[in-house]
Order: sequence, then structure tokens, then C-alpha cells
Amino acid sequence: MTNSPLTPGIVPSRLPADRIARNFADHTPPLDAHEALVAADRCYFCHDAPCVTACPTSIDIPLFIRQIATGTAESAATTIWTQNILGGMCARVCPTETLCEEVCVREVAEGKPVEIGRLQRFATDTAMARGLHPFTRAAPTGKTVAVVGAGPAGMACAHRLALHGHDVVVYERRAKPGGLNEYGIASYKTTGGFARREVDWLLQIGGITIKTGVELGRDISLDGLLALHDAVFLGIGLGGVNALRASGEDKAGVTDAVDFIAELRQTTDLTTLPIGRDVVVIGGGMTAVDAAVQSKLLGAENVTIVYRRGQEKMGASTYEQEHATSAGVRIICNAAPVAVHGNGAVREVEFGYMADTPEGLKATGETFRLKADQVFKAIGQTLTGAPDGAALEGGKIAALPARVWAGGDCTGGGEDLTVTAVAQGRDAAEDIHMFLRG
Amino acid sequence: MANLTTDFIGIKSPNPFWLASAPPTDKEYNVRRAFEAGWGGVVWKTLGSEGPPVVNVNGPRYGAVWGADRRLLGLNNIELITDRPLEVNLREIKSVKRDYKDRALIISLMVPCDEQSWKDILHRIEDTEADGVELNFGCPHGMAERGMGSAVGQVPEYIEMVTRWVKQHSRMPCIVKLTPNISDIRKPAEAAKRGGADAVSLINTINSITSVNLDSFSPEPMIDGKGTHGGYCGPAVKPIALNMVAEIARSPETHGLPISGIGGVTTWRDAAEFMALGAGNVQVCTAAMTYGFKIVQEMISGLSQYLDEKGMASTADLVGRAVPNVTDWQFLNLNYVTKAQIDQDACIKCGRCYAACEDTSHQAIAMKPGRVFEVMDDECVACNLCVNVCPVENCITMVEMPKGAVDPRTQTPVGDYANWTTHPNNPSVAAE
Repeated sequence: MTNSPLTPGIVPSRLPADRIARNFADHTPPLDAHEALVAADRCYFCHDAPCVTACPTSIDIPLFIRQIATGTAESAATTIWTQNILGGMCARVCPTETLCEEVCVREVAEGKPVEIGRLQRFATDTAMARGLHPFTRAAPTGKTVAVVGAGPAGMACAHRLALHGHDVVVYERRAKPGGLNEYGIASYKTTGGFARREVDWLLQIGGITIKTGVELGRDISLDGLLALHDAVFLGIGLGGVNALRASGEDKAGVTDAVDFIAELRQTTDLTTLPIGRDVVVIGGGMTAVDAAVQSKLLGAENVTIVYRRGQEKMGASTYEQEHATSAGVRIICNAAPVAVHGNGAVREVEFGYMADTPEGLKATGETFRLKADQVFKAIGQTLTGAPDGAALEGGKIAALPARVWAGGDCTGGGEDLTVTAVAQGRDAAEDIHMFLRG
Repeated sequence: MANLTTDFIGIKSPNPFWLASAPPTDKEYNVRRAFEAGWGGVVWKTLGSEGPPVVNVNGPRYGAVWGADRRLLGLNNIELITDRPLEVNLREIKSVKRDYKDRALIISLMVPCDEQSWKDILHRIEDTEADGVELNFGCPHGMAERGMGSAVGQVPEYIEMVTRWVKQHSRMPCIVKLTPNISDIRKPAEAAKRGGADAVSLINTINSITSVNLDSFSPEPMIDGKGTHGGYCGPAVKPIALNMVAEIARSPETHGLPISGIGGVTTWRDAAEFMALGAGNVQVCTAAMTYGFKIVQEMISGLSQYLDEKGMASTADLVGRAVPNVTDWQFLNLNYVTKAQIDQDACIKCGRCYAACEDTSHQAIAMKPGRVFEVMDDECVACNLCVNVCPVENCITMVEMPKGAVDPRTQTPVGDYANWTTHPNNPSVAAE
């Protein structure tokens, strides 16, 4: 190893390989069989359980936990997948602390919820390890549906459509399917190439063709798809990133956090991935935390998240914030970027303190500078490439022409979460199925 | 500090915690460890007749039932009486008793059902200086097939006969150990009393199959693909044992007959419950087999603390305290009216009370917006199921209605004590 956390600039190999491997290992290790039984036993099997209501895909959580408790994890997985075909990924990446586990009656009673996410992972991992795919495709209907985007919304939609016997062609602009499961999300949340394995597993239903490297608006048009298919589902996500609107934003070393995460997710040897010594992440959501924590894990000496509003308004959950701070990330709130300084490459970022007033955010006039050789912008993604004919509302797809549906981050309604995308993709598939049946 | 010393049919021990006749008391080595750990007494594992000892299976002897986190709730065994030579056991008993004169040492016996066999074995144990004998009429497995154990215990006449032989041929105090594998536990107890027994001990183990292997379709514990019923013990059997102890304690025929309580005693509290129902002491096995001999320390400290808190000077103050309160259903007060009450602050809103009441009981709990669960007094029959399924202790309580108050369910005022024997719906009352 030639570099250390103290090496100036954006360089690879700040930490030895074994340390990197440890840092990027499974953040929440799987439960073993006995741990799963003990964890499952804590579930009270609530009547009309709050956790089910809190789950965007409405998984019957008490039922699947009882199935684990009685030694039938495979049945538990079926219960999960019936509602959420990406239940394996959701078990890993769902912010359960703000969903099912937040409302678990044992969280209310003892501050210690049933470990629903980990139990869900136990069930789905157990069933997947046994090669189980408990769904059989209905007889072919002769109808075809185009799904644009192979992310969580698109794949959930595709699976449900295929299940009903329709032929599905998934068009994906990137080289691999999976969307943010493959290119977003912190690496330590979904280790071992799980995103790809889950897509491959999902495709066992049959009747789904994935065409990668095909982009809507560049290689295909909505009209073209409508000519080829009986219906179209758009799960195109949010392709754009908000600008900082600070001077010097174009300096070298200033990049989008989502690009950094995507590169990291696609890098097989993380010791080759360059990272700055002083990293500044601007934003307050999950992307900001994922970028910041992983910068730290790659060996950056100083990593700072700067968020323009108060901590309570951060998009990242308290659990995520604590995860960041425990990894050594510093969080500064109530400060917005004013200028990026440096001679060609970034050297410092200047921030102005902000006051959250009833009239909106206002600069207090006081500024400070943070040393930085790398800056990640994580101040939100925007919809790009929405086809003609789509009506937008609040920057998201709100209405579509006939025979076209949409779901996932490119649409409103619900948070931009994997689990929300799965629910919307699944529900759109049911709508499309009803439509195709006539 | 309360005095835990007990005098059970003249046998003194520093505390009422004895180890039952079972695998933990089969050898000098184990018994010495038990006494060092603080056990008040030991009933030595059952001795058989002179001659080649019995043999045991060479596969699993125990089956189990587990609760959450593999907590052992019930244990079953197919081990027979001691499989060591009689003279070895006798030599060891004598050696142990010589060193632990303050502890109770009882010898459990099981020999064929003829007078000579009993006469012989009693003669053989005479000079061990053991404090008494316990007649094993209880074991339901193996030996019963040879006409011993529960095969004797299920026939009151045999119990009486053998007990009489024992009292005739020995001056030792005699405890008769009863099998629960019988329809009315009072009958064998009465027979033992008639035969001259100084005490009864109960319960021995319950016939059981702990589980079935759903791959090999063999009962557990499995020996080469087959299984047989074994004797069930441990925490799971305690309620059955408590009832049987109480039946003997309150029956006019056997009231006052000393009882050594056995069956799932795991903590001081279990022991106290047995004693309150009339047991002069308790015998323990499964708890020791699960956790080791050290548990007796908790039993000693716990019972002492309890007696102190209750202002009881000795265990004698506790023994039998609950017996007068065990009665027949027909004498229960039908005018004792309670209603379930949910403490909304303690409620964690799991809804189990609602599911239980709505699906399986009396539809007396309302589920209101915000997951607020409320008891409807006009429907509540006070069955207590909601209390039992609630995961939060004391969240739901049964509140007694004061005399004179009108029960909203029946629209009748709560009256004075009245039971079934005088109830107008009772056909035998109407007939008069």
C-alpha cells in the first residue's frame, strides 16, 4: 500500500485490502437459524398489525414471522414474495426504523422492535438458497407489455405481469438490470452481488426479456413502444441531479453522489477506487449518508455532511444519521454552499449559515470554509427524459396517455424507496392486467 | 431469617429441597456434589432386587419439549431403575450418609410384587443408616411391563399390600410414591394410608410421547427407528401435580397424610406453591438436570425471603395454607362478579385481547380508532382470557364489582355469596 488517509488528493488504496473488505462487509449480518427462532418468538402476532399497515407493500408480517417460528421459512418467503417480489432486497435496504419496526408494538413498549427486516431476510435467503421460486406463470395471454426501466418498480411490474401470462420486454438504459438496487444504495447493505442474483431469481418466472443499453427518448420512443406492445409501464426513476447553484461548482473534484455510489457499486476491487482526503457531501438524505459513510470506509480522513436545514429535517432517518456519525462522519446542519474555491480543482467549499424562518431559509451572513479535495452533491434527484404526453406535477409524472402506466421514483405518491417502487410497480401490473383482460 | 429446617415424618433436613429418585441420585459422586451444593435431602435412585442389575437402552433416554429460545419445558425419560449392582449402591449410600448426617437420605425401592422380595431388599438396606424408604410405584415405562412401578401403583390393593409388608418388615419411615397415570389420585393415596404409609410422594412421571420425528415417523426419543412412551416431567407437569397434591391434601380420607411434593419444581416459588397446597417438602429432578445442582441456592434464598416477608417463622407455617381454599366447583361464589379492565397507559396496542375475545369468546372488547381497546362491561363475562393472552403483565386486570352494584351484562345487582347448590337452575334444587 502506498497511500494512507493522510495522502493529499483523490487517490486509491488509502486503506489496506483486508480493512476495506471488513469495512464493506455485510452491515447487518444475517440471522442464523436459532437467532431467527428467538427473534421470531418475540412477535406478538398482533391483530390487524400496525407493521403490515406501515409496509408500503403490505406484507403479512405476523404471518411470515409465525411461519419462521414454526420452522417453515420457505412458506414465510412465499408470504413475503406474494406481496413484494423484491422482499430479499427490501429486507436489506428498507429503512425499517421508519416503517414496520417503527410501529411494532414492542418498539412502543420496550424501544426494541421485533427485527422484522432481519427476519424477512432470513426467510428470503433461506428460500433462495434452496432455489425456491414459488410462482408459476399463468397460460400465455398473447399480450405484450413494455416495461421501461429495470429498477425495483419495473422488475416488480414485470414479474407480476409475467405471472399473469403476459409477455414482458424490459428496456433498461444501463448495462445491467436492477436500477438503484444495482447502482445506488450503500454497498454494505447489499453485499455479494445480491441485486443481480435477485433479478436472475425473479426472471425464473419466465416470459420476461430484458434489453439493456436501450434508453427511452434516445433509442426508443413511447409511440414506438405503444406500436409494439399492448401496454407500457414507465419505471424510469430520477435521472437528473440538482445543481448546487454555487459558484465554482464546475471545478474538478465536484461530482454527483449518485455517480460516486454507482461507480463504487460496480467496482470489484475497492482498493482501486480513488477517494479524497477531505470529502464534503452536500445534502441531507439517504444518498448523502451512503456517499459519506462509504467515503469514510474507503479511507478518507475527514468526511463532512453539510445540510442546509436543521437536523430534524434531514431526509436520512435518525438511525442513518447515527450510522454516519458512528462511522466518523461529521454532520453540519443549517449551512448552504456559497462557493467552491480552488485553482482548477476544488480546495475549499465556502458555506453560509442559514436560518429556517417562517418566510423560508435565510442566510445569516456568517460564513465558514471547509477544506475539500472531493465534493459530492446529494441534494436531490430530478426527473429527466419523461416522454411527451406525460403530465408532470411537482416534478413527477402525474398523468399519462392511454395504455401507459408509471411507478417508482418517477411518480409521486409515497417516499422514494425501493419498497414503495415495488408496491407501485406491482399495483400498476394489476391495473394493466385488468385492462388487458378487457 | 426464616427457619427452613424441616421435619418430614421424623426425617430432618436443613431445608425442604430434596432431590427426587432419578438419574441425579444414582451414584455417590453425584449425591456428594448435591449435598455440597446445599440440597437438604436425596432420594437415592431406585434399587432393585439382588442379582444381575437391569440394563438400559444404549440410545437416547430422554425426549424434550422446548419453549422459546430452547427453554426446556418438559422432559421425558425411558431410563429404568439403577443399572448398577445392589452392593455398590448400598456401600455408597452408607459412605455418603456417614459424611452427611444432617441431610436426609432416603432409599427408593422397586422389587417384584411378592413379600419375600420386599423382605429381602429391606433386610439388605438395614445397615446403610438411611433415613427412610420410598416405594417406587410410579415409573410408567419399562419396569411396568414387568409388573412393577406404575403397574403396582395403578392397583390400590397392591399398594396397600406392599406397603403393609414394608411396614411389617422394616422400622424405617415409609413414603409411597404415586403414579399420576390413574384416574383418581385419591384412591392410591388412601390405599397407601391403609397400608400404613407414613407419607406419600407425588407425582411420578406421566406417560408421554414428547414428539414425533416427521421424517422418520418415529416417536421421540427414538431408539433404532422405534420409540416407547416415557415418563414426562419438568415445568410442564407442575399444574397436574399441584392438583393431585391438593386432592390428597383436602380429601377427608387422606387429609393430614404427609405429602412430599414432586412435579416440575424449578424455583422457590414452585416449591412454595406445593407446600401451600399441603406438601411438607418438595423433590426436584428436572430443574437440577437442566441447570445443575446450584439452583438449590436460589430455592433456599427465595423461600427464606418469602417466608420472612410473610412473617412466617418456618416452613411449617406455610404448609397447607392454601388447602382450605381448594374447593369443588359447586361451592364457588356465583355472585362474585368481575369485569376486565384495560389500563390504557400500559396497553401496547397489540390487539391480542381483541382477537381472542372477538374470535373465540364473548365479543366484549371494542377496537376503537387509534387501536384503542376497551372492554364492554355489558358483554364481559369475566372469563379472564384477555388477561391470559395479554403480553403485558397487569395491563388487563379483573376488577371486582362491589356488592349491590348492577352488573350491566345481567342487569342484576351483585348479591351475597350463593353457589350452584342453591341455584334455581340446578335440577337437584328444583326437585326438592
